[in-house]
Amino acid sequence: MSFFRVEKLGIRFGGVVAVDDVSFEVKRGEVYTIIGPNGAGKTTIFNLIGLIYPASSGRIVFEDQDLTGLAQHRVAELGIARTFQNIELFEHATVLQNLLIGRHRHRSTSLWEEMLFTGSVRRAEIAQREAVEKVIDLLDLAHYRDSRVAGLPYGVRKVIELGRALASEPRLLLLDEPSSGLNPEETDEMAFWIEDIKKGLGVTVLMVEHDMNLVSRVSDRVLALSEGRVIAEGTPAEVQSHPAVIEAYLGGAAVSPPLSPPLSASS
Amino acid sequence: MLNQLLQLTVAGVAQGCVYALVALGFVLIYKATETVNFAQGDLMMLGAFFALTASVTLGWPYWLTILFAVAVMAVVGMLLEKIVLRPVLGQPAFTVVMITIGVGYVLRGVVTMIPGWGSDTYTLPTPFSEGVVKVGGIIFAVQQLAVIGMTTALCLVLYVFFRYAKLGVAMQATSQNQLAAAYMGIPVRRVNMLVWGLSAGVATFAGILLAPVTFVHSNMGFIGLKAFPAAVVGGFGSVPGAIVGGLIIGIVEALSGFYLPEGFKDVAAYVVVLVVLLIKPSGIFGETARKKV
Amino acid sequence: MRFVFKTNYDQDIRLFKHSGQVFWYGLLIAALLVAPSLVDEYVMSQLHFILIYSIVGLGLMLLVGFTGQISLGHAAFLAIGAYTEALLQARGVPFVISLPCAALFSAMLGFILGLPALRLKGIYLAIATLAFNVIVEEVITRWESLTGGNTGQHLKPIVIFGYSLASDAAFYYLCLALTILSILAMMNLLRSPTGRAFVAIRDSEISASCMGVNLAKYKTLSFAISAALTGIGGALYAHKVTFISPEQFTLLQSIELVTIVILGGVGSLHGAVLGAAFLIVLPQLISIAKDYLPGNVAGSGLQAVVFGVVLIGFIVFEPLGLYGRWLKVRTWFELFPFYRKGMFRRQKSYMKSERLR
Repeated sequence: MSFFRVEKLGIRFGGVVAVDDVSFEVKRGEVYTIIGPNGAGKTTIFNLIGLIYPASSGRIVFEDQDLTGLAQHRVAELGIARTFQNIELFEHATVLQNLLIGRHRHRSTSLWEEMLFTGSVRRAEIAQREAVEKVIDLLDLAHYRDSRVAGLPYGVRKVIELGRALASEPRLLLLDEPSSGLNPEETDEMAFWIEDIKKGLGVTVLMVEHDMNLVSRVSDRVLALSEGRVIAEGTPAEVQSHPAVIEAYLGGAAVSPPLSPPLSASS
Repeated sequence: MLNQLLQLTVAGVAQGCVYALVALGFVLIYKATETVNFAQGDLMMLGAFFALTASVTLGWPYWLTILFAVAVMAVVGMLLEKIVLRPVLGQPAFTVVMITIGVGYVLRGVVTMIPGWGSDTYTLPTPFSEGVVKVGGIIFAVQQLAVIGMTTALCLVLYVFFRYAKLGVAMQATSQNQLAAAYMGIPVRRVNMLVWGLSAGVATFAGILLAPVTFVHSNMGFIGLKAFPAAVVGGFGSVPGAIVGGLIIGIVEALSGFYLPEGFKDVAAYVVVLVVLLIKPSGIFGETARKKV
Repeated sequence: MRFVFKTNYDQDIRLFKHSGQVFWYGLLIAALLVAPSLVDEYVMSQLHFILIYSIVGLGLMLLVGFTGQISLGHAAFLAIGAYTEALLQARGVPFVISLPCAALFSAMLGFILGLPALRLKGIYLAIATLAFNVIVEEVITRWESLTGGNTGQHLKPIVIFGYSLASDAAFYYLCLALTILSILAMMNLLRSPTGRAFVAIRDSEISASCMGVNLAKYKTLSFAISAALTGIGGALYAHKVTFISPEQFTLLQSIELVTIVILGGVGSLHGAVLGAAFLIVLPQLISIAKDYLPGNVAGSGLQAVVFGVVLIGFIVFEPLGLYGRWLKVRTWFELFPFYRKGMFRRQKSYMKSERLR
């Protein structure tokens, strides 16, 4: 059984074909990155996987479960979590509450039990909070635990996005441009966390990214898209030196040397 | 039978014109500032009162009355925008709606406090008598034809204004994209203020047209509530939609008042709007948009 | 200023965060319990209304303040609760059954109103709820065989297990008990997964859905619970005024209910009670002020003007409502003399288009 695969996925908005016959497979435990110039359809693919809008053609299969036609909230229940390119946090709630909402799929109490706040509800609450604390520890968010999200700096909010997705204990994590808007130090930290997530938590990561250093550093395999179509797939080095990829980014007959080898981990 | 239907339709169209004008007023505001003005009906009421004063107390002719009331209310509308709405720019739409509801309360209350107005009901004299006109066997009230005619005239004026006048084009620009309009040198805040003034003026016009039917009193603005279903049916945020929606609501009301049991006329507009909201919320001319994540 | 040093999860979860809270709320409850023996009939009557509208306010606060929906038609649920209670009592159904029935029936209709709300947001939802209110009011008026139409319904005092609650004090204790139970139920709800799901829907629907929150289920649930609470308030209201008729449940009533939420402070349970109290007390203050004002001003319009000005004033100057003002005052005392102006000021926000929310 394959862990996650996308078969001939396509969508058109009116006359515009945003994604055209895209197929790829993600193996369990790997970090798989999708790259491509702006407008290539990367985030659209994420939105299709997340069932935010239905695909025009093709299908998405996660652990042998076909996602086609399912209700949108079922995606998280199946064990797929995602972050958003333009942060979509719950602004008027605290960081802790944001993370707790991330654990929604693990709830076990009924409405009446909750209104009476029985012992089982209290025990369930404590269990939720223990699970969330692990994520807070991993991402160093303890300082912000009780702060309202609305006033926090951008870099911290990206981390909270990640934390909220992790809090749901997903088996597949979709990261939409995790390093956008982060400075080099924060990007470095993000790389560490992605590696931690892969090795320490055993979570499979499907990522959209622009920062090629980050891509080279953490990815096992890379998929390159352009104008909604697949143009290359392979290891980071293979894809980055692929002529079609270079042409998509730089256009025309421009020839440029392959990008430098991945930076070694440094502190 | 057909005569009956035709007469009812004309009556409905006449009433619908009033709804259309009120709806037009707040669609203009909505397009420009995304504010829903629940006080539109009360602006209409206040305008009717100013017309009343000009006509009865000062004894001016009908046409001068209209100009006077519209001018005064345009100023009132602009002041409202500057004093009450601008401080809350940026707050969620819901709170701004509540502010306009508050404005409505104040307008209604203040009108009852003014000597000579108070809570009495008045008649606004018009040059259109109680007369009727016979066209091919069907009887039409002159009053209704006048309403339809004047509304059409106003719509034409507005169309020319938005199409060709500099200010009109500027208003269209700001309602589509405030930032871009600002970059083009359009004074966005001032234009928004003028939109409110224009909107209040249109509401006043509607109030003057409505006065012969409902008479002038401090609660006549409640009819303005029916303008919401009109705007939704036509497509919220669409100017031709407001007109079409108003006419539809007017006709539906007139027909249901006659053909359906008692009580349906009052709720007809709301049943229609519920049906529209369930089937096609964006209305006839509206567009649907989705948030991009 | 008190700092609570937390060493276990229970401290985060439990209702009273520290002993100070227990003390003050205990004092409040004690005062409320002895009130009937201390205040006169007039104040007692106002307290009845404050408690009843607090329950309704809680319902609306849950829907508007915590789930981020809009309802300009909640008077419809007030009517449904009131009429269900009146009609069941007239047929001999005991109060302990008719009250839950009123709540249940309101909840069902709330659920039905919630269904269109799944696709509608903002002004569209407001208009849909407004239309709902008008239609319900009209149905009650026209269905004369059932509701008596405009001639209304009369109610007799409540009887629970043979014990009559005709006295002011007895009715007061009933209302007080139901209010406290409602508050506790809401507080419990808000510190558990369902409450968090509501808040998530308020802040970002798409994000909530991606976290596994079933939008359809929770939105209709919020409408249903909100309607149920309002229905309970409606049943109590019916017994308070002893005579109900359709014109008591118009759009104006709905708007007054919404002002409870706004004046009290959107997003806080305290706000529901504070808003209700303010809404009941304000007309009394206006009546008193009328004696000092000239004839024209002191007419029927004064109440409307004051109401409108207060509403506008609160939104412009005190968006956090009465509870927000209370928090600021309390913080001023706690931090004295280190209170800084602007501690509660939110960042200035620019108009974000809600057409694409």
